Amino acid sequence: MKNSIAAAVKESKAYLCLECGKCTGICPISRFNHGYSPRILVNKAIRSGNLDLLKDKNIWACLTCKLCDERCPAGIDYINLTLATRLEAQKIGEEAICSHGGAAQSLMRIMATPNLEQKRMDWIDNELKITQSGEVLYFVGCLPYFDVLFSDIEVNTLKAAKASIKILNHLGITPVVLSQERCCGHDLLWGGDLENFKKLAEYNINEIKKSGAKKIIFSCPEGYRTFKIDYPKYFECDFKVQHITEVISEAISNNTLKFKNFDKVVTFQDPCRLGRHLGIYDEPRNAITAVPDLKFIEMVRSRKRAICCGVSAWMNCTTYSKSIQLARLKEAKETEAELLVLSCPKCEIHFNCAMKDEKAGKQAKIETIQLVTLIADLVKE
Amino acid sequence: MDNQTFEPKIVAFCCNWCSYPAADGAGVSRLQYPTNIRIVRVMCGGRVTPSFVLKAFELVQMGVLVATCHFEDCHYMFGARKAADVHKITERLTEMIGIEKERLKLDWISSAEATKFAKVSKEFVETVRKLGPSPIKKQNLDVLTKSGLNEK
Repeated sequence: MKNSIAAAVKESKAYLCLECGKCTGICPISRFNHGYSPRILVNKAIRSGNLDLLKDKNIWACLTCKLCDERCPAGIDYINLTLATRLEAQKIGEEAICSHGGAAQSLMRIMATPNLEQKRMDWIDNELKITQSGEVLYFVGCLPYFDVLFSDIEVNTLKAAKASIKILNHLGITPVVLSQERCCGHDLLWGGDLENFKKLAEYNINEIKKSGAKKIIFSCPEGYRTFKIDYPKYFECDFKVQHITEVISEAISNNTLKFKNFDKVVTFQDPCRLGRHLGIYDEPRNAITAVPDLKFIEMVRSRKRAICCGVSAWMNCTTYSKSIQLARLKEAKETEAELLVLSCPKCEIHFNCAMKDEKAGKQAKIETIQLVTLIADLVKE
Repeated sequence: MDNQTFEPKIVAFCCNWCSYPAADGAGVSRLQYPTNIRIVRVMCGGRVTPSFVLKAFELVQMGVLVATCHFEDCHYMFGARKAADVHKITERLTEMIGIEKERLKLDWISSAEATKFAKVSKEFVETVRKLGPSPIKKQNLDVLTKSGLNEK
């Protein structure tokens, strides 16, 4: 146990810590929860790597939004240190406090069972063209489950999936959609459950190989990150992965997508997984600014400095999360934009949930839309 | 395991004010009902969120029964209605993930209806017995290790 934390310290270069506290200064959690400090956790990891660190409830509070990594003058890879710590903590029986009573985690663990007959394709209507085997695959993720689980806050994350397939069809691609696709395992991995993550990963990789797909397209940034960074760590997989915004941006530069006019002011929320984790900042902006008449305004903190939506991996949804969400929504409202464009289903769920709060007030009420939905609605036939 | 010798494991969430006393009454009046049912007492049926039911299925329970008050005599006025609303969400989730919808049942049993409790339990156990082991049961039991619970 001691050795693996020591190895993680070495790998993440945590020993370079200058104790400047800039990570704590910029951390969105620390801003509201004064008991949480990334600096102290780094310190604990360096000093001993013992139970003191693993038993600390704060290791589960981190959003892994990577804001501290961007700010750190010593270049410490804090989120990977957090991940390694969580994997260790899980081994000694420590667990995160799961939001929604752990319903999302239960769904994922049930999905880790082989030979499950899921009925998750109801949302595909006649307008959408899909196949069972082919070169390009569209990975839906857990969206059908989210829409049912969060039906009380009236989110419709599947709209983004429909829009993505619509855009792909428009570009002449008929994507494969797997009827027995599983969760990518992102949330289990970040919750420290490596065992079930591996099962899900293995199942997905096998299933995709069977379909003969070489390229996978995502609309969910978390799935994208997991396939791009985490799967190759544990398994051999040589798929080409792409986010839907990259596809749109490419199509725009080839002049294959033309848009109708859209006379509105919009702003954009960078998801932590898409932005800081994978460095995709320009593609979504290319897509938004390609729409004629649309006025695009950046928020005060955008791109590398964007604030995350307050919860990750369905863990530790607290009053601090709500404060982060409301602060971010107010920031969006201050740009005087009419629409907040999102590109992650979880941002959609979290922001809409925060807006339902009675205390949220008018300053934090802003209409949200997924980037792909916006683009698909505006595409000229 | 063939269906002759197979004994289903069922968890029942009973509300404190109606269904739990009904189960109690069934015991007091010596009504026979199958031992396959394990009762978990909750203060209100409305408290049984999808997470309770999904956790039960994750831990390879083969059926889940949610028993609450009748709408009119719910102790908390709206609890039974809430239970019915939440049940719709849970039903959709369990069906989507591939668990037969017959494995999940919502029923309304008042504290005076001990006979109804015995009858509902018997019927439900028979339904689940016909369905056989849960689709999760048929496979590995590794999911169990998560909560430190083990099956013998």
